Amino acid sequence: MELGQSIDLASLGSQLLVGLSRAMILFIVCAGLSFVLGVLRVPNVAHGSLYMIGAFSAYSVFALFGTSSTGFWLSLILAPFVVALVSLIAERALFCHLYQREHLMLLLFTFALMLIFGDLVKIIWGAEYRSVLAPSILRGSISIFGSSLPRYNLFLLIVGPLVAIGLWFFTSKTKIGKISRAAAVDREMVGVIGINVSWVFAGAFVLGCFLAGFGGALVAPTVSISLGMDHDIIIEAFLIVTIGGLGNIWGALVGSLIFGLTHSFGVLLWPQFAIVFPYAAVVIVLLLRPRGLLKSVW
Amino acid sequence: MFRGTIDLKSLWPTGAIFIVLLILPPILPRFYTYIIAVIFVTSLLAMSLNLVLGHGMIFQFHHGVFYGVGAYTVALILTKTSLPMWIGFIAGPIAAAMAGLLIGWFCVRLTRLYFGMLQISLGSLIWAIVFRWYSFTGGDDGIHGIPMPPPLSSLNNAYYFILIILIICLVVLYLILKSPFGSTLEAIRDNPQRCEAVGVNVRRHQLMAIVIATFFAGIAGVLFVVLEGSVFPDLLFWVLSLEVCIMCLLGGWFTFAGPMVGASIMVALRTFVGIYTEYWTLVLGVILILLIFFLPEGVMGYFLEKVKPQAEEGAERRSELDVAS
Repeated sequence: MELGQSIDLASLGSQLLVGLSRAMILFIVCAGLSFVLGVLRVPNVAHGSLYMIGAFSAYSVFALFGTSSTGFWLSLILAPFVVALVSLIAERALFCHLYQREHLMLLLFTFALMLIFGDLVKIIWGAEYRSVLAPSILRGSISIFGSSLPRYNLFLLIVGPLVAIGLWFFTSKTKIGKISRAAAVDREMVGVIGINVSWVFAGAFVLGCFLAGFGGALVAPTVSISLGMDHDIIIEAFLIVTIGGLGNIWGALVGSLIFGLTHSFGVLLWPQFAIVFPYAAVVIVLLLRPRGLLKSVW
Repeated sequence: MFRGTIDLKSLWPTGAIFIVLLILPPILPRFYTYIIAVIFVTSLLAMSLNLVLGHGMIFQFHHGVFYGVGAYTVALILTKTSLPMWIGFIAGPIAAAMAGLLIGWFCVRLTRLYFGMLQISLGSLIWAIVFRWYSFTGGDDGIHGIPMPPPLSSLNNAYYFILIILIICLVVLYLILKSPFGSTLEAIRDNPQRCEAVGVNVRRHQLMAIVIATFFAGIAGVLFVVLEGSVFPDLLFWVLSLEVCIMCLLGGWFTFAGPMVGASIMVALRTFVGIYTEYWTLVLGVILILLIFFLPEGVMGYFLEKVKPQAEEGAERRSELDVAS
């Protein structure tokens, strides 16, 4: 059990930036999960699988365009729509008949979806590792205040806040966003005033899954895309959403920052047990604030 | 009035199954004996979870951790120390129950989904430590080739040992559920506020139930080591825990024997669909969705609904007579 090497300011700074950019990916995925949780009250275990499908579709689009930089930009745009389409089909064909059921049953249902998606990905893309190459502008690294940071992580640091602003604009300024927020608080009342709640739910579900797919497409150049991705992210995503406050998108942001930063500082402090730090942080938060840091809609 | 007594008539099928299970090993090929033994171990795990999940409505989402703690405890004692085997066998469940007490003590402050999430994070902490601590737990390789003393080293003997322990555990679980404690637990499940109002200490009862359930999960862990002779960190991973929850829901979580049915279905599916295709989880997923749509109360729940009505009607009339007299 050896502790990390001596910690200097440069490595601290670069770990901070790496942790922040990791948090941005987590935020995009968790915001989707949290949105679905808030509006539909469904703990969607298949969210991680949709993230994985997003990454694999990004690979396919990228490969289709001859692994060029155009391919990369198109993959960022198209992969989330593939995921959104998949989720729309799943929602309209199966999910929409089950909203009256018990939460645990819905959990079971989404678990079944996770199993099915996992094997479908295996059938379509096979079990090999895939990778997406970032375009040349985003390759290499630059140095900020003496600490070097991969350019792609910097790109993530720009995209994350943009998504956050977009979501804020959507939920508080547009009519559909307001309706979905209202449905999260009191779905019967929304139905009473003549809005088709079923389609609101479908829209919220698809938007949440779209974000999962976007997260998957964004993460594609930084990891090797493989079959275990869904398992790796989904439990983290659930914990983040819980400590942030169920259904609260800003809570997802706070939770992601906590999770990403504790992990990257854990790598610095004690590499062997770095994985323990974020879980410990979650435990501490839940013990101090059992209902999450920000207001939960549940 | 007669709730505590066991109807002899209803014991018939159980006894018949028991006798069949007793004579099976010499007849069956080795592989099937092994699969049935796996079903026994998994059944005990699912039954222990259902004590809190189905009968207590406590969202114990990370039950696998206690199974793993039991298994690792006995594995570590058998490989790293020279203590006699039976100490390991007793220490496994006790360690699991201690972990259950510790984790449960934190978790019972919360309810429902929050309870489940806190448990997943606490359980994942234990998983992460086991997964990473190479020098002690073997890390992600686990511990293999755990020596089993002669009486248990043959498969048939292990089978009988597991069967006997399983039967004892089932009887004890049944008695617990029929005891005042079990009734209180179910009352808390159905209406926690009212229970609190009449002076039941809800949290203490839930914590007790968690400790009991984790103790039995520890026993299942020990039986796993007896059967497999190895342990690995996947035993503590959340996927297994969720699978065990699914077994309870699949079999019927409001019935006593449901989780065993669910466990048998899951193990059988994995084994036999796995022979024909590598995509057995796809098949399982489709079957699960069909079950959710058509059998919302689980297999056993559906069975009881179809078979029970006449019996239940009789019981109701009897209880009415009791009230009248």
